[in-house]
This record gives sequence, C-alpha cells and structure tokens, in this order.
Amino acid sequence: MWSFFHKLGSPPWLYKISGSILRWLLPITLVALAVGLTWGLLFTAPDFRQGNSYRIIYIHVPAAVVALAGYYIMAIAGAVSLIWKMKMADVAMKACAPIGAAFTFVALLTGAIWGKPTWGAWWVWDARITSMLVLLFLYLGVVALYEAFDNKEAASKACAVLSLVGMVNIPIIYKSVDWWYSLHQPASIKLTGGSTIDSSMLYPLFWMIASFYALFACAMMLNMRVEILQREARTGWVKRLALGGASRGAKS
Amino acid sequence: MSASASQLTTAQFCARLLRRQLVLAVRRPVEIGNPILFFAMVVALFPLGLGPAPGQLSGFAPGVLWIIALLSNLLTSDAVFRGDFDDGNLEQLLIAPQPLYLSVLAYIGAHWIITGLLLALVSPLFAVMLNLPAQAIWVLVGSLLLGTGTLSLLGCIGAALTVGLKRGGMLISLLILPLYMPVLIFGSAAVKAAVLGNPAGPYLAILGGMLCLAVALAPFAVAAGLRISIDA
Repeated sequence: MWSFFHKLGSPPWLYKISGSILRWLLPITLVALAVGLTWGLLFTAPDFRQGNSYRIIYIHVPAAVVALAGYYIMAIAGAVSLIWKMKMADVAMKACAPIGAAFTFVALLTGAIWGKPTWGAWWVWDARITSMLVLLFLYLGVVALYEAFDNKEAASKACAVLSLVGMVNIPIIYKSVDWWYSLHQPASIKLTGGSTIDSSMLYPLFWMIASFYALFACAMMLNMRVEILQREARTGWVKRLALGGASRGAKS
Repeated sequence: MSASASQLTTAQFCARLLRRQLVLAVRRPVEIGNPILFFAMVVALFPLGLGPAPGQLSGFAPGVLWIIALLSNLLTSDAVFRGDFDDGNLEQLLIAPQPLYLSVLAYIGAHWIITGLLLALVSPLFAVMLNLPAQAIWVLVGSLLLGTGTLSLLGCIGAALTVGLKRGGMLISLLILPLYMPVLIFGSAAVKAAVLGNPAGPYLAILGGMLCLAVALAPFAVAAGLRISIDA
C-alpha cells in the first residue's frame, strides 16, 4: 500500500503507468460515450411534456455532475500536495482546473440550449445556474492565479490554498444561492427513495455519467503527462524518452 | 519598542500590531478617506444610470449599497500586506515566535476598522441619499458591521496569495468576488426584509454565523498564503 503511495510521487513511474492505463481507458471511454449517446439520443422514449428537447440531459447532467466532482478532486489533490509535499499531486491539481472549467462551461451551455425551448429564455437567474456560474469563476480563478506566478512551485501551493478555500465555500455558496431563488426542478435522482425519472431514461443517464467520469480521467491524465514532461524537461529520463521515441517510434 | 518581540506576551504583541496598523493608517488620512469617497461617488453613479425617481431608488438601494460596500472593501484589501511585504516587515512577522494566526488576525482587524467599520458608520448618510426607508437604516448598519468583517477576512486571503505578484490588483478581484457572493445575498436580503417591514433578525444571524466561520478558518488560509508568497 505505502510503496504504491510513494511510487505515485515519482514522475517517470506516473508517466509510464498513466500511458499504459490510457492505452485501454481512452478507447473504452470513446466507445462508452458513443454507445451512451446513441442510447440516450435515439433509443429512449420522448418525454411526455418536453418531447425530444429533454434528451440534452444526457450531456447536461453528466457534465454538471463531473464538473462539481472535479472541483473536489482538485481541492483534495491540493490538500495532498500541501500536507505531504507530493509533487505529482500538484500536477494533478493543475491538470484539473482547465478541464473542470470546460465541463462547467459545457453544463452551462447545454443548460442554456435546453432552457430556450423549455423556459423561453437562454439564461435565467436561477439558483443552480448561478451556482454553476460561480463554480466556473472559481475554476477560472485557480487558472488565473497559477498563470500569474513565475515560480511554478509557489503557484501550485497558492492554487492549493485557493482551491481549499473554495471547497469550504462551495456548500455555503450553493445553499445561499439556493435560498436566494429557485426555479430549477428539484433533484429527480435520489439514491434513497423513489426517483421521479423513469428507469428507461435513468439507465442511459447513469451510463453517460460513468462515461463522463472516464472522460474526465482521460483528459486529466493526458494533461498531467504533458505537465510532467514540461516540468521534467531537463531530467535524464525525459531526454532518453525523447531521443528513444524518435529512433524507435511507437514500438515501445 | 522597549521590549524585544520574544519578551512580549501574544496578546501584547497582537495589540501592538493592531495599534501599529491603525497609527500607520491615521498618519495617512487619505488612505482612510479614499474608500468613503469611492463609496460616495459610486452612490452618485446609480441615480445617474438608473434614473432618479425616489420610489425606484429605494427599491434598488439595499442591493446598491451592499455592492458598493463590497467593492470598496475589495479595492482596499489589496494593500493590506503590500507595504510590509516590500520593506521586509512581513518576513519578521513570519519568524516571530507568536502564532501567525493571531498576528494575521490583527492585520485583518485593522483593515476592518479602517474600511468596514467606518463605512458602516457613514452608511446612513448614503442610505438617506438613496431614499432608503428609515426603519431599514439600522438594519443596514448592523448588516454592514457583521458582513464587512467576513469580507475583510476573505479579502485578506486574496491579498496574502497575491502580495508577491507585480500585477495583483485585477487578479485579487477574480479570486475573491465569487467568495463574497453569500455575504452579498444575505446582507442585501436583510436590508430588503427591513424595507418591507419583515423581521431581519434571521439574516443578521446568518451573517453572524458566516463571520464566526470566517474568523475561525480564514486566518489559517491567510497565514498559508503569506508563507507561500514569501517563499516565491
């Protein structure tokens, strides 16, 4: 257990293992997304009231779920890097921010596209939309803070503190905005008690949420690999990798 | 100073820090006057932009007054640690034997007295200019007293994280404004409730709760931010 934990801190090991994970995770993710989209968009029944426009939930809800989870992943990675001074946790945290911002943006965009035919407006100042917007600002704040530092080690630490502060604040922001005004429908998927969404629509939704988590993991690993190479550009193993990669090609 | 820093009790140390910050501010009265002047000027912008009808103004007044208080707090928080960072005092503070949590709290307290407390005390004047009903004015003062404390604590987190950067001014707004939103929601809701004749107590209680949470946690983040900025 502990040797695994220590190995996580080693850039060459993480680079190697993420490469071999991606080799099978990336194709699986793409296939799962294609299957889920086909299932959700073509083979589920249209909604009684909303017709076909509801089908955007198969992108909207997974994006929103993963965007929220992504902030917690970022903050936990930040905490790990502050507490155990683990360099690779820094890299993970830095990789999360732009991806999380992109997922949040997708959630907001698909929400707006769904809102136009359903509510008659692209944008409504409703509680959940507003808190997702705040989440986007929090992500972009972390990106902006990282870019402002010249010393990237200090940048990672500062971003870790900021994301921890944000993590404490997210429930407060969420609750206060919720109290402020709510137009969005209440949560229709509950783990305990009955869901108000039919299971024929629910299974593809769960499928898509799982696929989006896998997509997030793939994007994060790809991002981390680039960051590792950039940070370790002066080390021997990266030079060997670059030189060996040129002569041996994709053989390894 | 007659005694060296290591001979002072923590309480004495923090009291001296607080007094030093206040004396520094009083020696440069413009620094104290600027936020209030800013407040007055922005108050004047709103009737120009939104129209001077008294009935309409009193509807906007709670939100407008709270947004201006928030902005003037934000603009002043950038400077809290900057002078001491530039002349090296901050490094002395970090290596002092007294806990950084408390000395940071003294800095934040001084910032709150110079901006939040003063703004809360002069806010009735601007409330009258924006036609806020009389029964809401005391609630406005109370909500500003409680809310600006939280704003100062959060603003200093941003100040600590960006103090080492040359171009921190705009960045601090990006970092801190999202965190300010809950305070804005409950602060303006308290004043709105008072305008409508509803009890404002619950909102003030929530503002007080936020202040307690911020006092308990924010100085840790500020202290961590200062250590990072000094190392960078």
